[in-house]
Amino acid sequence: MTRYIIRRLFAMPFLVLGIVTLAFLLTTVTKGDPLTAIVSERQMNNPEIVAAAKARWGLDRSLPERYVIYVGNLLTGDMGTSFITRRPVGQDILFRLPATMELVIAAMLVGATIGIALGVLAAYYRNTATDHFARLFALFGSSIPVFWLGLAVLFIFSVKLGIMPGPGRMDARLPQPPEITRFLTIDALLAGDFRVFIDALWHLILPSFVLGWAVAGTISRLVRANMLEVLGREFILTARAKGAGELRVVLRHALRNTLVPTLTVIGYSFAYLLTGAVLTETIFSWPGMGSYAVSAARGLDFPAIIGVTIVGGVVFLVTNLVTDIAYVVANPRVRLG
Amino acid sequence: MATLLLARRHTWLSLPLIVGLAVVGFWLLATLLAPQMTAFDPLDMVARRLQPPSWQHWLGTDALGRDVLARTLHGARHSLPIAVVVVSVAVAIGAMLGAVSGFLGGQVDNAIMRLVDITLSFPPMLLAMAVAASLGPGLGNATIAMVIVWWPVYARLMRAQVLEVREREHVEAAVAAGASRPRILLKHILPLCWTPVLISATMDLGQVILLAASLSFIGLGATPPTPEWGSMISDGAAQFYSWWVAFGPGLAILTIVLGFNFIGDALHDHFDPRSK
Repeated sequence: MTRYIIRRLFAMPFLVLGIVTLAFLLTTVTKGDPLTAIVSERQMNNPEIVAAAKARWGLDRSLPERYVIYVGNLLTGDMGTSFITRRPVGQDILFRLPATMELVIAAMLVGATIGIALGVLAAYYRNTATDHFARLFALFGSSIPVFWLGLAVLFIFSVKLGIMPGPGRMDARLPQPPEITRFLTIDALLAGDFRVFIDALWHLILPSFVLGWAVAGTISRLVRANMLEVLGREFILTARAKGAGELRVVLRHALRNTLVPTLTVIGYSFAYLLTGAVLTETIFSWPGMGSYAVSAARGLDFPAIIGVTIVGGVVFLVTNLVTDIAYVVANPRVRLG
Repeated sequence: MATLLLARRHTWLSLPLIVGLAVVGFWLLATLLAPQMTAFDPLDMVARRLQPPSWQHWLGTDALGRDVLARTLHGARHSLPIAVVVVSVAVAIGAMLGAVSGFLGGQVDNAIMRLVDITLSFPPMLLAMAVAASLGPGLGNATIAMVIVWWPVYARLMRAQVLEVREREHVEAAVAAGASRPRILLKHILPLCWTPVLISATMDLGQVILLAASLSFIGLGATPPTPEWGSMISDGAAQFYSWWVAFGPGLAILTIVLGFNFIGDALHDHFDPRSK
């Protein structure tokens, strides 16, 4: 097990380098002139800016030399300047990452809660209406385009019924709490402002449901399959024979034994959530990395696009690594050399 | 009792499959016959702008007075072929590299698999966005971007298959009989490897349609005035209060992806009865 962990950790720098290399290659394929990937069209006529950009990114040199400069710049956290915001991309992303994380974590909680509950019910009431409903719920979750679902729930719950807040992270009329962690819920608590805290939670409900539905579906299928297997084991029979109540049998004896694979799938769902967040944030005007990426893509803001891709890739790598290691640690039956 | 059990199993096995096939069949029909299925041209201004659904225009009209139903039906002509092209090319590239990787092993295997690892270490949507943006907007470039994102999945699957099949005895027999290496791979190993790859490819068609629509939604796929579902929903988002503009294309994506997922689910049950 230790060897496995060491091997995985050892591979990390190479994978990160691979991500960076791929990102670099992308900047070289942009319409022939790599300069278009660094300088915006409007500034192309300004010889000073063009010369400065060429020098900083070494564009007048050979491809291998440029690659070394690119990696060097990245190591110092320099991912270029966004055409749109005119700020360093690294800084932009750092400012926006907490909003995305807040949404992703909320969606993960929603997905895990609904998914585990539905999975347990579907397994316990196997082949009944409940089971069929859970199956349809999961299938719809992985079929519905999140950007369309987002529009639909905003229209229905916010505009028509008026029971949910509109897009954004909080009511614009409330005072913005000081930005410490940039997690709005935490900042509101730190400022002791409960109204903002409740409002922020309220604003999280629709987008996290939109984002979490598909994950809930995947988790419910997995929990169901595992529960079915565990419920058929002899220790369940023993527990029942000893007179344990059904609720106790299901929750204490059966569900507990399905937690390891469930936690694993929750970890892996991170990639999906990160992808879905790109589109969900756009619909809900959520000031995170996803809406940043979309406005960058729409405006062909290459430094921003590449920056988001690299950060997204690294975040994804790290969460998968943590999930894999957690799985091996939590499940001693898995033996990997 | 036995017949009852069988019948019950049978319904679960076939009901989603039938629904899935029917829905996908409908969209296949739309792909072929969209112009015959609607009286309106998807690009023409045929009525006043932003009309809600009526007997004349079942799904209403968009901001340019175009018929949403006509555009939605024509949308299938973009989404379905693109998904088929992306998956076929990705299978071709991925299966070839995966087969070579698993069969040859050593440095070749190592090189190909590291490329697979790196590509798969990006969230798919982000990588597709980055590639599509670098190549420039347009459906063709979006297609290339999706192939780049998707091939490693099949490479991994194919490699695993080849690794398993090449240890079987009939391969040993072929080696003993003096068959050449290409012949062993092509005649004795590959024919036994295709089933899981093809099943997985069928199941992926829906997901590729979703990805293509997502790229178009953010403006990296189809360009106006192409009646593509993702970009139609993007039009709908701009006309938020005229809900019908986005309703048709959204329903189209939902049903076709659901159709493929129903089929995939049925196939999955069929080949993995444990999860029943």
